[in-house]
Amino acid sequence: MSLDKEKIKHVAKLARISVDEAKVESLTKDLNSIFKFIEQLNELNTDKVEPLTSILNQSLRSRKDEISDGKIREKILKNSPKENEEFFVVPKVVE
Amino acid sequence: MADITNQSLNEIIENVKMKKVSSTELTKAYIKNIESAKKLNAFVTTTFDQALDKAKQFDNKPNFDQLLPGIPLAVKDLFCTENTKTTAGSNILNNFIPSYESTVTKNLWDNGSFLLGKLNCDEFAMGSSNETSHYGNVINPVGDQLVPGGSSGGSSSALAADLTPATIGTDTGGSIRQPASFTGTVGLKPTYGLCSRWGIVAFASSLDQAGPMTKTIKDCAIMLESMSGFDEKDSTSINKKKEQYSKNLKGNIKGLKIGIPKEYRVDNMPKEVDELWEKGKKILKDLGAQLIDISLPHTKYALPTYYIVAPAEASSNLARYDGVRYGYRSKQGKDLIEMYEKTRSEGFGDEVKRRILIGTYVLSSGYYDAYYLKAQKVRQLIKKDFDDSFKIIDAILTPSTPSSAFKIGEKTNDPVSMYLNDIFTVPVNLAGLPALSMPAGVDKQGHPLGLQLIGKALDEQKILNIGYAFEKNCGFKNEIKKWWS
Repeated sequence: MSLDKEKIKHVAKLARISVDEAKVESLTKDLNSIFKFIEQLNELNTDKVEPLTSILNQSLRSRKDEISDGKIREKILKNSPKENEEFFVVPKVVE
Repeated sequence: MADITNQSLNEIIENVKMKKVSSTELTKAYIKNIESAKKLNAFVTTTFDQALDKAKQFDNKPNFDQLLPGIPLAVKDLFCTENTKTTAGSNILNNFIPSYESTVTKNLWDNGSFLLGKLNCDEFAMGSSNETSHYGNVINPVGDQLVPGGSSGGSSSALAADLTPATIGTDTGGSIRQPASFTGTVGLKPTYGLCSRWGIVAFASSLDQAGPMTKTIKDCAIMLESMSGFDEKDSTSINKKKEQYSKNLKGNIKGLKIGIPKEYRVDNMPKEVDELWEKGKKILKDLGAQLIDISLPHTKYALPTYYIVAPAEASSNLARYDGVRYGYRSKQGKDLIEMYEKTRSEGFGDEVKRRILIGTYVLSSGYYDAYYLKAQKVRQLIKKDFDDSFKIIDAILTPSTPSSAFKIGEKTNDPVSMYLNDIFTVPVNLAGLPALSMPAGVDKQGHPLGLQLIGKALDEQKILNIGYAFEKNCGFKNEIKKWWS
């Protein structure tokens, strides 16, 4: 299969990345060559193979659902691009 | 005393213990080297004042029983360091100052070392040449036009140029072993789960592992011992007794069975790589190991599988960079969605965007079975190849890379040719196994080449032992002229 420009714009939308119109062409070329490479896998019959979901021979541990290191709001907010007292601030969402 | 910075970590530790050099003298020597090596662009951030304070503290109250007594270390800028900027080589994290320390770096500091600076790397560890970093290319000390490998390219360059006595990198598809091979140094990717992933900027969570990069095998054992261990904060961390890799290092490999996989002899591989592999086989055989031909039939499918699994996981991991809570935010964007889209477009570089798009596509509705599920099935087959082989052998010997370091710009226009660099390293990540790259020789241009030893899960000691025996008998010496200072 091949990816056309419209498909790539759609995927970029899903990924929340704006793509310059000027770059769509080269991106399409690159992604198609990568997918051509990936699709070698179609040579293999995997009908009877179980998918590998974890390489560890152990199941994931669970822990008690409790706070272990809270009270760091100020530290966390310090990295915020735009802060306002106790909140993260984003462009206006509701009119 | 003579220049201490060209010694191995182990020798430096001995000198500190015998009080032939103080931690402050050592730290100053490295700072001097780093300041005269700006051309290599190995560092994104330096923490000299903080390092000198720590060195002074150590000298005032030394504890020589620690594994890394008073040793300054630079680390890849993918490890979160408390109160020190952590960029992951990306513009989107150009102002990110973590409020916490990664477990692996914390383990290193708890063993007596301290931070010297943060090392350049490919953006989000996506690359094989360190050319995708927002902070510029890193130069390989082997030659001024050569890439240092990637993604841990700042790490390999700094280590080979004596800017840090040892370092750590991360390896998702070869990002420790390939740069080690390109710079004539040692790099180990541990078993998945041996080193905690907590506090490491995530790329592909089922593949990422941190590991040591060092000048010698003994150094590698010391670093692995210092950084590994169970961590409750990583749900895939393996809970087992801590090993004493350096103390248990022994060079007797008589009777060990070494597998030689026929699928690792690929088309167009330079003659020198093949010859070096032969040389490696001969050295191990002369030391009493038994060589056994094996087959890992699904090897050629490892890279295509990787380029589904890794981007899929990356697209999900990198969804967090939205310009809201930390990192870069675009000044454009009149509403929330546009702010996200502009932030991610301006914040990520081309390779990262490519991989996010691949990942988003293979996970999108209607394509999941054809790509992601298919890849998980092939991953099973690749793992089974190794499982079957390890029933009869102790370790596997292969080349680390299909070529020596290439020129800057040589492969940037063709993503697939760049990806092919990791052809020998990627299968190991898919199977979760430990693998060591050790320097073994040079090609006709004098550029280093490495050989790779792959072990069973949690069999790090054995591959270190084989590497130790190999190192003693290989006669390789990394001769790098300091042209940059």
